[in-house]
Amino acid sequence: MPGQVPVRGAVQVQRVSKTYGDVAALRDVSLDVRPGEFLTLLGPSGCGKTTLLRILAGFEQPDAGEVLISGRDVAGLPPHRRPVNTVFQHYALFPHRTVAGNVAFGLEMKGMPAADVAERVARALDMVRLPGLGDRRIDQLSGGQKQRVAFARAVVLEPEVLLLDEPMAALDLKLRKEMQVELKNLQERLRVTFVFVTHDQEEALLMSDRIAVMSRGRIEQLGAPDALYERPRTRFVADFLGVKNVLEAEVASVEGGVARLHTRGGLQILAADDGGYRPGTAVAIGVRPERLRLDGTEPAGESGPLNRLAGILDDELYLGDRTDWRINLGGETVTVAEGAAARRERRRGDAVTVVLPGAAVLRLEGE
Amino acid sequence: MSGRRQAVLLLLPCLAVLTGLFVLPQALMLAASFGRRSVFGGVVPDPTLANYLRAVEPLYLFILAKSVALAAATTILCLVVAFPVAYWIGLRAPARFRSALLVLVILPFWTSFLVRMYAWIYILRPEGLVNLALGRLGLPALPLLYNDFAVLLGQVYGELPFMILPLYASLEKLDRSLLEAASDLGAPPGRTLRQVTIPLAAPGIVAGCVLVFIPSLGSYLAPDLLGGGQTIYVGNLIQGQFAVARDVPFGAALSFLLSLTVLGLLLLFRRPLQASREA
Repeated sequence: MPGQVPVRGAVQVQRVSKTYGDVAALRDVSLDVRPGEFLTLLGPSGCGKTTLLRILAGFEQPDAGEVLISGRDVAGLPPHRRPVNTVFQHYALFPHRTVAGNVAFGLEMKGMPAADVAERVARALDMVRLPGLGDRRIDQLSGGQKQRVAFARAVVLEPEVLLLDEPMAALDLKLRKEMQVELKNLQERLRVTFVFVTHDQEEALLMSDRIAVMSRGRIEQLGAPDALYERPRTRFVADFLGVKNVLEAEVASVEGGVARLHTRGGLQILAADDGGYRPGTAVAIGVRPERLRLDGTEPAGESGPLNRLAGILDDELYLGDRTDWRINLGGETVTVAEGAAARRERRRGDAVTVVLPGAAVLRLEGE
Repeated sequence: MSGRRQAVLLLLPCLAVLTGLFVLPQALMLAASFGRRSVFGGVVPDPTLANYLRAVEPLYLFILAKSVALAAATTILCLVVAFPVAYWIGLRAPARFRSALLVLVILPFWTSFLVRMYAWIYILRPEGLVNLALGRLGLPALPLLYNDFAVLLGQVYGELPFMILPLYASLEKLDRSLLEAASDLGAPPGRTLRQVTIPLAAPGIVAGCVLVFIPSLGSYLAPDLLGGGQTIYVGNLIQGQFAVARDVPFGAALSFLLSLTVLGLLLLFRRPLQASREA
């Protein structure tokens, strides 16, 4: 229809709630997924991400709220009548069918003539780089191959939205990294809306256009990967995205764009005011380990207040490309990440000065 | 080499039991089937094919065919009744009730089959529970007992657990995400059942059918008690030769004819059986 906004592939979740027994899996969740977007639902197990995905697929019905797919209310529509397809966590490939038989399943359900089915299946297998493997049995495939078949089986139907339930979880690390890039490239080529569920923050950051971080049945924060990484809003999001240093503090004063904070462990910290500090209130702050320095130099290009904190090297966590130092600052302990080169110069028990730029202090909400 | 010795040792008890209680008696029966009946009901070792020739006379072949029909009908009805039950217990019922439901399925085994057959007589006889109820409703009484219907009913009732249990075993371990995947890929419930559930439950279906069909073919208790001698099946025929007519050679020949029938049918269905096992 001319003039109408194209909504194919858009998903609107409006105030959806779902309870199992007395466990609230989703509490009043709203979410807009844009057409062609790669949106990730990120969170620990039990956060509701899989429940939300299953509601989109039609395997579960919400207790309250609405779901619109491509602008249409899908309430009461069974899975087989929804314009979405799913890539299951353990692939759920039919063991009694060949690779081609699996990919053909949905096309056969549509009543497509056999010749067309064969052609579409062959093209789909080409796309996932499994040409000529159509006659293989499922139990003859490796994990990565199964994942590709599961993907081909879903996208061959040209869904308006593709739902992916931790599709990488069963793969080993190296293969997972490869598949992440491959899947991201395929998504960009196909321009199909992806709703992707994972508990792996690195995977989410790498692949997504936007990430919805979920916790206890709610979306805690929604945003682009860099926005989320740079500015986690809540304590939960910060913790989940690797902000290892979270300190409890009280706001002593706010003046001229600088908040003066007293931490529970007795440190005085100056933080760049983001407009949210209120004098006399308690606040949680977070600092990424890689924003702290031990070499005493001031970071280039940082404006605002600078903190220098005296401490003692307590412990080291060698991680190959970097080392996480545990620094005892008196009443507080912080983790500082440093490149591998600096490791040789330091030893446990060394007195160090931790340089903390005020701009690196993140004000966090939530208890 | 020690692996082979271990295998022999492990199989020894079973081999001993089977040799003593199956192979030897069967060999004796085989020998008897080629003998002649003595005046007093003994066996005269006088090699002849007469018993087998008599066993394939039209009258006896008709009884055999009727038995095959009864066994087939029993198997099909059991499958039709058991599948939804097994499906529900295995895939739909809350997991915590499953064991209790299975106990209910095998509960009839706590009583002897004979007693249960008498219970059916009590229910089906002309002045039994069903007809009593029909009479109260002002409806005419139905001839429910001592006919082929009663025999079939008794058979289906008796064999049902042997169908439910293997079906349950294969349905219960069915990966539910496969059913969701089928639905997700556009299959309505009926097609999911036909294209996914049934093919994947095929080993259980085959096991159940074999477990029900073979005993049904030779059954004599239900035909005897619920058929009331009005209707004869091969099981009663064989039993009659041993217990009533005292014609052991002919009874033995009929037994082997029955065994050959089972073997023939299993061979006939060998390909679908194998196909399902691979699935």
